[in-house]
Amino acid sequence: MSETSEVMVDVHGVHKSFGPLEVLRGVDLQVRAGEVTVILGPSGSGKSTLLRTINHLEKVSRGWISIDGELIGYRRSEDRRAARRASAEGGGGRRAGKLHELKEKDVLKQRTHIGFVFQNFNLFPHLTVLENLVEAPVSALRRPRREAEETARRLLDRVGLADRADAYPRQLSGGQQQRVAIARALALEPKVLLFDEPTSALDPELVGEVLDVIKDLARTGTTMIVVTHEIGFAREVADTVVFMDGGVVVEQGPPAAVLDDPQQERTRAFLSKVL
Amino acid sequence: MTSTTDAAPPGATSSGTGPEPPPAPHDPDPASLRVVPARHYARWAAAVAVVVLVAQFAHGLATNPVWEWGVFRDYVLSETIVEAVWVTLQLTAYATVLGFLLGTVLAFMRLSRSPVLQTVAWTYIWIFRSIPMIVQLVFWFNLSALYEELGVGIPFGPVFWSVDSNSLLGTIGAAVIGLTLHQAAYAAEIVRGGVVSVDHGQLEAAAALGIPRLRQIRRIVLPQAMRAILPTAGNEIIGLLKGTSVVYVMAIGELFYQVQVIYGRNGRVIPLLLVATAWYVVLTSLLSAAQYYVERRYARGANRTPPPTPFQRARRFLRDLRAAAARRTEPVVPRKPLPLGDSR
Repeated sequence: MSETSEVMVDVHGVHKSFGPLEVLRGVDLQVRAGEVTVILGPSGSGKSTLLRTINHLEKVSRGWISIDGELIGYRRSEDRRAARRASAEGGGGRRAGKLHELKEKDVLKQRTHIGFVFQNFNLFPHLTVLENLVEAPVSALRRPRREAEETARRLLDRVGLADRADAYPRQLSGGQQQRVAIARALALEPKVLLFDEPTSALDPELVGEVLDVIKDLARTGTTMIVVTHEIGFAREVADTVVFMDGGVVVEQGPPAAVLDDPQQERTRAFLSKVL
Repeated sequence: MTSTTDAAPPGATSSGTGPEPPPAPHDPDPASLRVVPARHYARWAAAVAVVVLVAQFAHGLATNPVWEWGVFRDYVLSETIVEAVWVTLQLTAYATVLGFLLGTVLAFMRLSRSPVLQTVAWTYIWIFRSIPMIVQLVFWFNLSALYEELGVGIPFGPVFWSVDSNSLLGTIGAAVIGLTLHQAAYAAEIVRGGVVSVDHGQLEAAAALGIPRLRQIRRIVLPQAMRAILPTAGNEIIGLLKGTSVVYVMAIGELFYQVQVIYGRNGRVIPLLLVATAWYVVLTSLLSAAQYYVERRYARGANRTPPPTPFQRARRFLRDLRAAAARRTEPVVPRKPLPLGDSR
């Protein structure tokens, strides 16, 4: 959207290793408020891992991530002595201060600002649809139950499932379950919504109904990062398309540029296979 | 035995009316032919043999004078026995509740990220699963030999308050502690098994939603773990109910102890053992029934449609019987199969 809108998600030099395996090798990514970023790439390229570092389901090995100016998973403290020394050396204060790992309680609080939609929905099967939506606002945000239920019913109406509030997740189709999962993420009124391959576990004929819900969210200016294999969806909805491979961002830009006129050989090779 | 063969199989009648046109006299369409059910001669023979054996046993129970059913009747509802049953129930209830509480704590200690908590829980389970319950009970019975006084104070420092250990515990207390500590070791592994059986995605979803940690366990993990915990826990509780009979070594007036006291006095061993048996069977039956309904409660959402309870099934069966009887008086035989079989 407009170039002047502020950066909502800032990913800075993020590395992530699982043992000897380096999955992310220095990713930089900026997502502006109200924009939709679609991440494409072959499997194993690190796109899901990147998404999971953004809400701190995975700890970064190096680098940092901030959302709306708030560091994720860490707290910065000013170390006066180090700051003095740094400024005396003219180092710009880059090494001044420390990063303190946040306690789980504080990480959980940060996560209420970050909605996450899983590939396998991960709805709570023993709770009704309504209870699935009400649980986090009541227990994490301490909202009154009645207020949370009102919000939940409004959200269910928005994803077209107002009449299924009292059903259990297993009584719903895959597409319906994913729409409930989206509503559940929205119930916390997050600043940003992350989608991890939201349609990959669905039968082909159910993909459309989920993508329609996401498109509707895009129209209303929700900040979103979507990892997907749906190129058509990327072309239609994305403000920015990011192509990842081998743990780095290979290419990014508006969909027309990245999808129709890719500059990098790897992007071209990937697109020729999936288009 | 032959009742299954007279039931009309679905779609078996050739006098089909309803929406389809009546078949022509020599219609080759197999759907219009009468179905002859397969006959299982060997199965019938086996059933007859088993029924004869069971009948022999029942006859022996009723007629062999050694069972002394008169003595059984005199004692089974006597005050001493009913009081003893009450003690057995109390021991079971306390040890179950406390054992599973402690067991749950131990299970989450073993699952925690702290190596200290893990090791302590592991060691506890190792030791208490290694000691026979009867040995442990006798230990507790003799607690005062081990620790004469129990007190509250600063560890390794001064003691502010203390009490004579035997007067604190009493025999029932010692028995409850012994049963509880034994039970907790097993309960810990049962609870842990249930917790690890819950899909990891559930915890991730709860974490991604920012649900507080304790709430994640209580509201998301444990209810789902219950599905795996309950069948084994049911076993354990029933085992514990019967295991309380070991407490007789501490001369506590529970069921088995009282029965022994009585037959020690009057020598009627067999009928009094029958009294104990009858009570244990009744109590475990009640526990089994309770288990069925608790399991059903925690199966919510696991099936698209919950299966009917035995009572619901019985009611439906009677209703269908009545409906079938009513139909039999009507001239038209319906082609539709009876709805008996759809209860799954």
